[in-house]
Amino acid sequence: MASIIFSLLSGSVDITVAQLAESLFSSEPSLNSQVLQEIRVPRTMAAFVTGGLLALSGAIMQVLLRNPLADPYILGISGGAAVGALSAILIGATGFWLSNAAFAGALFSIFLVFGIANKFGNWSVTRLLLTGVVVSAGWGAVINILLTTSSTNNVQSMLFWLMGDLSQSSVNSAHYLLLLAGLVGGIVVSRSLNVLIRGELLAVSLGVNVQSLRLLLFFSASVFTATAVTIAGSVGFVGLIIPHMLRLLGARDHRLLIPSCVLLGGSFLVLADSLARTLIAPQQLPVGVVTAVIGVPVFILILRSTIRK
Amino acid sequence: MANLNIESLNLQIENKILCRDLNVQIGENQRWGLLGKNGAGKTTLLHALIGRRRADHGNIQLDGRSVYDLKQRELASKVGILFQQGIEALPATVFETVMLGRHPHTQSLLWDDQKDIEIAEGALAAFDLEQLKERSVDTLSGGELQRLALAMLLAQTPQLFLLDEPSNHLDVAFQVKLLTVLTAEVAETSASLIMATHDINLAFRFCENIILLLEGGESLVGRSVDVLTEENLSQAYGCPIKSVSSGEHRLFYPA
Repeated sequence: MASIIFSLLSGSVDITVAQLAESLFSSEPSLNSQVLQEIRVPRTMAAFVTGGLLALSGAIMQVLLRNPLADPYILGISGGAAVGALSAILIGATGFWLSNAAFAGALFSIFLVFGIANKFGNWSVTRLLLTGVVVSAGWGAVINILLTTSSTNNVQSMLFWLMGDLSQSSVNSAHYLLLLAGLVGGIVVSRSLNVLIRGELLAVSLGVNVQSLRLLLFFSASVFTATAVTIAGSVGFVGLIIPHMLRLLGARDHRLLIPSCVLLGGSFLVLADSLARTLIAPQQLPVGVVTAVIGVPVFILILRSTIRK
Repeated sequence: MANLNIESLNLQIENKILCRDLNVQIGENQRWGLLGKNGAGKTTLLHALIGRRRADHGNIQLDGRSVYDLKQRELASKVGILFQQGIEALPATVFETVMLGRHPHTQSLLWDDQKDIEIAEGALAAFDLEQLKERSVDTLSGGELQRLALAMLLAQTPQLFLLDEPSNHLDVAFQVKLLTVLTAEVAETSASLIMATHDINLAFRFCENIILLLEGGESLVGRSVDVLTEENLSQAYGCPIKSVSSGEHRLFYPA
């Protein structure tokens, strides 16, 4: 909440708290209310939704793959989205088409990974992980080809997209609904997640339908990631660090972890984006850089303090 | 109550036949020992009983219904298994872990039922773990982890207990304690128990019935006093085994 207010207040037009309340809730048009409603509110909400989706997806992937290094991008979803987006930039598409290309790339990558992992009968988590990592590496190569063969102008926007950038972002009601559905669905399966993270055999013996739960987790986390990447490009660190941070702070129970991830992930990205557009204003930093600059030291601090205990 | 009916069961792994035409009827308040040498198929048979592995032939019925027809959650509320691997040492508290045993019975989506908490606490106390309630699982010793796994199984309140090497990592005192606790629980709830073990003496002491897996898929099923003889055991393990008797007790040792 505080980060949302901070985000609304900061920017190239100075707005005070009093003005904020006045502009948001009065109907009279003014410069402030215009800045708020047309630029800052949409951008802040986009940051919140993206951060929430990424943290949620990261938490799910860590349970699904039972691997602490798992993040929303580990299965190559962001790579597919990046190739889609970069190709769109290459042919000069913007806005709507850029988003659609990214989303299409992400979906293609999801089905490619699942198709290969599933090809030879029953799919296992190990095969899924290996396939994802290999496909990711493949996308990485394509991204490098696109970067090295494009004009300087395009490369600038490509790099911004790759590092995560909210300047062109907006969210609509479908995005809010998806985040809400993820939150509710995540809470519904949270008890099963608590069991699954302890191992497949144990989960089976305690009555969790592991195969169908994993399918559900894979596809929902993939769609959350694809959507987040479509909104803001591949913003790093949120999906990896937020769930870990919360677990280290004691929220290991998914009934608590899932909602906390949505809140903290969202707030963290809002804060990071506010800094991204104010630190060296009027220039803007890619928000992915800021998430790393804040995320890495904070994470190391928490890690150190919990080890000492 | 639980009635398990194993009917002309065949199990094989790759080309190795583990059991052929196995017939066992297990009624309530019965304790069965499952013996056989390494790789004889003890674990495979236990896994078949929870539907993890399909039988190549035959039927496994729990209270008259095939275990393959039961929903996973329903099966888990009736049959509990202690895996040989025990539980993994992850960062979670002992109490959080033992509460997982209540998973098949939980109704509420979010909140823990008082009854579930009481059962879990009782299970911890049964294995002398109440002092460790708030400890993180990754700080426990091997024996403590094994007791925690047993407490989790007890909290699951199954009607059929399946135990794969339950005495792993346990000192002599806890081996006896574990079987005393489980024997009391089985008697109290009219449950039944199957325990796969390498400890012939423990099996003889606590199980009145035995399934002894032999080479080539053959098996001997019957009362412990009848099945656990020098001759049968020597054949099963492929090494001479002797016994000494003192009253009702019988002690086995490799000659």
